[in-house]
Amino acid sequence: MKKENRQADAVRRIVDSYDCQQSNLIAILQDVQNEFKYLSEEALVTIAEKLGVSTAKVYSVATFYENFSLEAKGKHIIRICTGTACHVRKSQPIYDTIREYLALSGKRRTSDDGLFTLETVACLGACGLAPVMTIDGEVHPKMTPEDAVALLEDIRKKEDAAV
Amino acid sequence: MRRRNKLTRDTFHVFQANAKNALRQSGQVTSVLICAGTGCIAGGALNIYENIKAECAKRGLAVYVGLKHDSDEEKSLHIKMSGCHGFCEMGPLVHIEPMGVMYIHVKPEDCHEIIEKTVIGGEIIDRLVYKLDGVAYPRQEDIPFYKKQHRVVLANCGRSDAEDIEEYVAKDGYAAFEKALFEMTDEEICRAITDSGLRGRGGGGFPAGRKWDGARKQKADVKYIVCNGDEGDPGAFMDRSVMEGNPHSVLEGMMIAGRAVGSHEGYIYVRAEYPLAVSRLKAAIALAEEYGFLGENIMGSGFSFHIHVNRGAGAFVCGEGSALTASIEGKRGMPRVKPPRTIEHGLWGQPTVLNNVETFANVPLIIRNGVDWYRSIGTKTSPGTKAFALTGNVVNTGLIEVPMGTTVREVIFDIGGGIRNGKAFKAVQIGGPSGGCCCASEEHLNLPLDFDSLKGIGAMIGSGGLVVMDEDTCMVETARFFMEFTQKESCGKCVPCREGTKRMLEILNRIVANEGTLEDLDLLEELADTITNTALCGLGQSACKPVQSTLKYFRNEYLRHVVDHHCPICNREKPHPVIDGEKCKGCGKCRKNCPMEAISGTVKQPHTIDPAKCVNCGACVANCPFGAIAAAKEG
Repeated sequence: MKKENRQADAVRRIVDSYDCQQSNLIAILQDVQNEFKYLSEEALVTIAEKLGVSTAKVYSVATFYENFSLEAKGKHIIRICTGTACHVRKSQPIYDTIREYLALSGKRRTSDDGLFTLETVACLGACGLAPVMTIDGEVHPKMTPEDAVALLEDIRKKEDAAV
Repeated sequence: MRRRNKLTRDTFHVFQANAKNALRQSGQVTSVLICAGTGCIAGGALNIYENIKAECAKRGLAVYVGLKHDSDEEKSLHIKMSGCHGFCEMGPLVHIEPMGVMYIHVKPEDCHEIIEKTVIGGEIIDRLVYKLDGVAYPRQEDIPFYKKQHRVVLANCGRSDAEDIEEYVAKDGYAAFEKALFEMTDEEICRAITDSGLRGRGGGGFPAGRKWDGARKQKADVKYIVCNGDEGDPGAFMDRSVMEGNPHSVLEGMMIAGRAVGSHEGYIYVRAEYPLAVSRLKAAIALAEEYGFLGENIMGSGFSFHIHVNRGAGAFVCGEGSALTASIEGKRGMPRVKPPRTIEHGLWGQPTVLNNVETFANVPLIIRNGVDWYRSIGTKTSPGTKAFALTGNVVNTGLIEVPMGTTVREVIFDIGGGIRNGKAFKAVQIGGPSGGCCCASEEHLNLPLDFDSLKGIGAMIGSGGLVVMDEDTCMVETARFFMEFTQKESCGKCVPCREGTKRMLEILNRIVANEGTLEDLDLLEELADTITNTALCGLGQSACKPVQSTLKYFRNEYLRHVVDHHCPICNREKPHPVIDGEKCKGCGKCRKNCPMEAISGTVKQPHTIDPAKCVNCGACVANCPFGAIAAAKEG
């Protein structure tokens, strides 16, 4: 089966698991994104068809919420907390250092090798451990720019070894 | 899953009596409680839990699962994962009962010693004990951080296994719900909540009882109870801790609300950033359904109630009531014009009671212990306690609960332990991007933390985030930071908030870059007034508070930016890079690359940097083939 069809099937299954209820749109988008890391145009069209609403409506919800991404993301997702507590304990230098390390510029958030995507998050609620960053959902407390880059180096080494 | 008969009122009493008995017996056996809040888990609490279990298994120590019952054979100890203890700064935390010992910064490799020395030998491990000014505090209750607190809502957080419904019932859980079901009319419940003076913990401080009574009087077949767990205020995590550490108390509060207003369905809206809270709530709901606290015809009373959990998707504005209900309906989370109010026209256009997590967690306590008890805590107009998340440049960060009316000074200096690294206290931001700041004046330090006193100085309790700032924080930059946050989170529906915050941010950016003028300050004030008076929802109306309060209390810092064009904090000189004489081979590459000709030296001799000429461009650091030049660290 072609890849697109497989994805469409998976999307349909997710919508079905929510009884095709329009009120579950956000939960459906969350599950789809969980599965494919982002929301593709095809996925949005499939969801709209299954729910019997316009694609524009699905698109409007998908673009409203920060958590949804309409672009493909890297394999590992790094999130730097820029909440108040992390901000006052200097999270910005960590973000800047990683951006530099991943050679990101302008609006680009994913590294050229497709390995990392760098994002910010408003607050993880782990303010006692500020500044924090997460890599694929795992929280790393009390970060410094050096520690953060070291963590990414480790992942990169592991990925290189796996190839 | 084991099928269980749903509890009736009679079997509930039996279950409760057994649970209490089991709790009493369990109290005589050693319990090791590992904090499993988000903070401690990030610090490795799960590994500690596994290691403690493994250490016990190695020694053949049998461990109880859940509470100890009469029918259980004698075992050695309990091992529990508990909710947040609050002292996140010191995490991961391990607590040992009944000794009352608390260990801080526990590492997985310490588990061997904890079991060997403390659990078996009854000896305290000095290395893991909290110390302050040379005094060791092995017992949790003696630690100054805890001493001034009054834990009511958080009492069971950190003491109980959050996923154990029996332990919740043993600690009087669901007794208030039973009372509300069988001994009180809907009107009586609403009156009790009104009389208790409980005010919404989500920010505004609206009397919960009035809200409930308003919804109760609405004539509608379908009504909803909605719990706002969209704690989007950066720097706040009280609600997260309650949902993680004592999820049943939130459910019970919602059930009582359902009974009071005649609703049969409740929704909890939780931020997607709180996965642990979502899973604990879902587990708690499943258990409550299994035992028959949720479902049809609860305990044979004829009352039915169901609770659903909805995950947010990262929009701060969804903390606003009408935006939150829109989001539950699967729409863009945008606020609407009020009136009609949520109690008349809420979720799916039906009458809805919408309260915050902490508010609901207060409800069972009021119903169980009575209005007089509740009113004995806190102040006249703001009874009860309030949980705060204490963060920023303070020694003890963490989750605290104090009676309303506790002063700013007590919270920051007695509980928080003062400012880190011996720096001076400058300000505390109360209520996040929707709140204002308190400065270091005597008047502000002696200010009681309650709804009305804070309003007086232009701040608000908001959700309860307290971010402490030291002398090295520029308040203009802080105001800019909050404006950037609100601007990004503005949903764009109304012009004042969408355009106004953007213009204010531009001005603030200009001021921080020392390019502002005195007129900019007037313009900021004018814009702030306009937005506050004309924005559609609470987010917009309070968006300018950080700017307004910093302009009021820290105007001199603005003046430094716009008149002197130099801020001693923002524009502090950074230390320059230094060349390590031992590593430098004198190749001269740095000298050739330096655009300021600040580096001098002869070939094959260590070079030096002239700090007077250096502009910190970093070209030398990047070009040194021997790694001999270290960039100066940010102070």
